[in-house]
Amino acid sequence: MADNVKPRVRVPKTASKDEVITIKTLISHPMESGQRKDKDGNVIPRSIINRFTAEFNGELVVDATLEPAISTNPYFEFDARVPETGEFKFTWYDDDGSVYEDSHQVEVT
Amino acid sequence: MKLQFTVKSAAVLAVTLALTAAQADPVEDDQLVINGELEMATDAPASDHLDGALGDSVYSGWRFRDTETRAMQKDDFDNPMFLFVDAALEAWDTPDGSAGKSCADCHNGIDESMKGLRAQMPKVNDKGELWSLENYINDCRTNRMGAEAWGWNSQNMKNMTAAIGVQSRGMPVAVKIDGDAAPFWEKGKEMYYTRFGQLEMSCANCHEDNFGNYIRSDHLSQGQINGFPLYRLKDQGAVSIHQRFVGCVRDTRGTTIEAGSQEFRELELYVASRGNGLVVETPAVRH
Repeated sequence: MADNVKPRVRVPKTASKDEVITIKTLISHPMESGQRKDKDGNVIPRSIINRFTAEFNGELVVDATLEPAISTNPYFEFDARVPETGEFKFTWYDDDGSVYEDSHQVEVT
Repeated sequence: MKLQFTVKSAAVLAVTLALTAAQADPVEDDQLVINGELEMATDAPASDHLDGALGDSVYSGWRFRDTETRAMQKDDFDNPMFLFVDAALEAWDTPDGSAGKSCADCHNGIDESMKGLRAQMPKVNDKGELWSLENYINDCRTNRMGAEAWGWNSQNMKNMTAAIGVQSRGMPVAVKIDGDAAPFWEKGKEMYYTRFGQLEMSCANCHEDNFGNYIRSDHLSQGQINGFPLYRLKDQGAVSIHQRFVGCVRDTRGTTIEAGSQEFRELELYVASRGNGLVVETPAVRH
């Protein structure tokens, strides 16, 4: 169970039609790989974010599988073309079954 | 044929030397603008007390770092220190200790009450002792909150000094060096010019005589501390002022003085005063 997991997202509030905007996302998470051992030699169980998705108005635009080698606090930055006013929805899936969500409105002017 | 070849090599060598020199100087063609809004000067006229030791200008360490590292500091989203700042802002509002009080219970909002504080640290307290920000925090924790003191270089402490420091971002460093601070400042100055360790190196050997040059692969800055605590890419974590001092003394192959010691607080005062006029960049990013 990961503590203090907090998603952060930066999306421009406005864009012109069909503009390509840059979206930055970061989630604070230890991303314990499952490869390490504690002082007593016991394996520290794997606890990572294993999937990240971004949707725009319900349409899936990014779907990423995360592996144990990805470092603490995974950061994704990507560009997206915005055809219309709508909402980006970001979802992170944790090994422990938790799902973290964040969404941001983009207005096309 | 042979003559031609020699001339060519000399020309190549000259070009290489010119390039190295250009890289070594503080970067001139970049401007530190945080989040596209807050413009920050990264140089300032050198203080009178330096007596020309650093030339006419003092430069932030930001000017000695690579393009990518400089870019990370320009955007708070990309600056990993803000994860730590966020953690401290939560701690600010969370009661701790036997008195059941949080920082906010006495100080209210961190943005108002802590504004400008970083720029004056370290300073002489009302008992005549030289205190760093860490001392003030632990004084609050032990005497007002009834909580346990934080270790000087503990994560909690560095989170909090970063969160307090960022409230002064963009304000010029202005530590007091006269009056009751003068004796501490003199001792700090003496330490700055004292050679340590098997390598017999003083702070000044690198950060005054050789800033802009390389020591092996490291690009030496003036050793300014206006961006601390900062994110160090090499350590993948926050680094405090005294932590860096310990690292420097260790690198001379000397026996280090402890973080939080009287000696290092005096050195902190002196080093901070060398950057008087530079703006607070806390929390900076360096490599």
